[in-house]
Amino acid sequence: MTSRFVIGTFGDESHLLAATTAVRREDYPIVDVYTPYPVHGIEKAMGLRPSRLTWVCFLAGFIGCMLTLFFQYWTSYLDWPINVGGKPFDSLPAFIPIAFEVTVLFAGLGVVAALFVRCGLWPGKKARPPTPRVTDDQFALVVRLDRADHSAAHLRALLERHDLVEFDERIGEESP
Amino acid sequence: MADLTTVRLPRLPGDLRDLPRTSPLRKPLVDGDKALTDVTNDIARPMEGRPTRLWYAGMAISSTMLIIGFAAIGYQVLTGIGTWGLNPTVGWAFDITNFVFWIGIGHAGTLISAVLFLFRQRWRTSVNRSAEAMTLFAVMCAALFPLIHMGRPWLAHWPLPLPNTRGSLWVNWRSPLLWDVFAITTYFIISATFWYIGLLPDFATLRDRFKGLKKRIFGILSFGWTGSSRTWMRYELVYLLLAGLATPLVFSVHTIVSFDFATSVIPGWHTTIFPPYFVAGAIFSGLSMVLTLMLIARKVMRLEDYITRRHVESMCKLIIGTGGIVALAYMTEFFIALYSGNPYERFTFMNRAMGPFAWAYWIMVICNIVTPQLFWSRKLRTNLLVVFIASLFINLGMWFERFTIIVTSLHRDYLPSSWADYTPTSIELLTLMGSFGLFFTLFLVFCRFLPVIAISEVKGVLRYGRSEAPTPKKEVTP
Repeated sequence: MTSRFVIGTFGDESHLLAATTAVRREDYPIVDVYTPYPVHGIEKAMGLRPSRLTWVCFLAGFIGCMLTLFFQYWTSYLDWPINVGGKPFDSLPAFIPIAFEVTVLFAGLGVVAALFVRCGLWPGKKARPPTPRVTDDQFALVVRLDRADHSAAHLRALLERHDLVEFDERIGEESP
Repeated sequence: MADLTTVRLPRLPGDLRDLPRTSPLRKPLVDGDKALTDVTNDIARPMEGRPTRLWYAGMAISSTMLIIGFAAIGYQVLTGIGTWGLNPTVGWAFDITNFVFWIGIGHAGTLISAVLFLFRQRWRTSVNRSAEAMTLFAVMCAALFPLIHMGRPWLAHWPLPLPNTRGSLWVNWRSPLLWDVFAITTYFIISATFWYIGLLPDFATLRDRFKGLKKRIFGILSFGWTGSSRTWMRYELVYLLLAGLATPLVFSVHTIVSFDFATSVIPGWHTTIFPPYFVAGAIFSGLSMVLTLMLIARKVMRLEDYITRRHVESMCKLIIGTGGIVALAYMTEFFIALYSGNPYERFTFMNRAMGPFAWAYWIMVICNIVTPQLFWSRKLRTNLLVVFIASLFINLGMWFERFTIIVTSLHRDYLPSSWADYTPTSIELLTLMGSFGLFFTLFLVFCRFLPVIAISEVKGVLRYGRSEAPTPKKEVTP
């Protein structure tokens, strides 16, 4: 299904924030907002739910910790116990440092991998920003017009109240 | 005088504009009234066109040092560790000193990027990228030394718990040296990930700026980044999580390095003060190396507007703090040695201060305790030449700290008949030089081909402390 998209470009984060709040109040579906740096408060203006990546991080760390403890016990208690300087085979305190390191390693790599999967980022992926300047100095708001009562002219008038820099309308399968 | 009650803005529901949360007394973090696009231009400039003469000169010197150093390493690998000045009494000396020195330097990067991030020290944005790069390069230099100390570096995979044909005979999990292998490997991987995650938005900025081959390379490296707010939101969360993970990690790494010594029964090493003492020393030495590099980089790369006197001052204050902890540790260690009543412990410490290596001990004390006290004076800590020279002295002092700890604890052991002296050989000196060559070569390559300052992070703090920061417009809602 093809949809109509509207791209409004701004030169300042405060205008973008005000415009995003206004657009959402008028009940237009916001596809995404593109910014050169993270704009704080935009997630509330867009109505995004908080991310659940924290849980991925916790789980990955937990798995790393358990696997390492299990592996240390298995190698030094079951598979080939060796008496080193009379120390017990069950040396839990000595197993902690490595278990900690591997916990951090798994948690860090796990959450980064989850970020890439969740955001659809991979090496060599073709980027399609709405305008190349969003990685430099512009802020773009992309809105989908899918209802009969949505009008580009009305939206434009709304955005112009917040120092709109550019206004563009596109029709396509996917959002720009 | 303004009525203080009117300054406190009420938090209205739906009032989502970015209120200036910082005090109006704060000074801007970036000099010279920049617009967003100026930041991109200024930081991308050194990556365009030809490098400066200074860069070529630096590269010529550092790569020569690197080549000579690696020739020395090649010679010692082919000949054996007998080319070093070690003897049966002093079994650890120059190489382990260098190892601890470099790993310590590698701690400041994570301190600046993770710990200061968690403490919301916004000034970190101008220095975190290069400090993180410095961390990676310093850890590479550090890893070099245990590798060559093994004598047979081609067997470097033996400390890894891999199934093998010996039964499988597993590694000894109770050995601090094995903990070290895991700690440093994890530290390197997590620091590299943290660094790359930080670079991702900047790669996208460069991709959209350059043409041709550079555009394609940065296109691949940027993972299709578009600056979408959905991505930014998750990205910031992941960055925070990584900072939260890297903070205990940075403390654990040098704690484990100190366990290499503290879990032994050598007087002078076997002390419980070692973990905090080593961590503070590591951060102290790392910050001084960051200062040394920053002061060079801001001049050579013309980044005076981004790395301002204010950044230098903040780092000097951190140096006073960590230097204070180090000084306290020196005194505590010495006091406990005398107070413990243990004759071996007492002898080791008296021998440090008055024995044949007293010169190394006093270089350490003067460089590490006296030098940071200069920074109490604002006049001195804003004088960049003074700061630069002081940072060199601290680097020197911290190298001697490790030398003192390692060599003076070993050279006169329990049995006076086996007491020995230690002098480094030319091979050891050249290897140390080679590690500096490696460090500076990598740093110069980084300065030339990657953004030395986190572009997107600086853009985020550009309005910090500016009087013309847009105050929220009164929007009348019906």
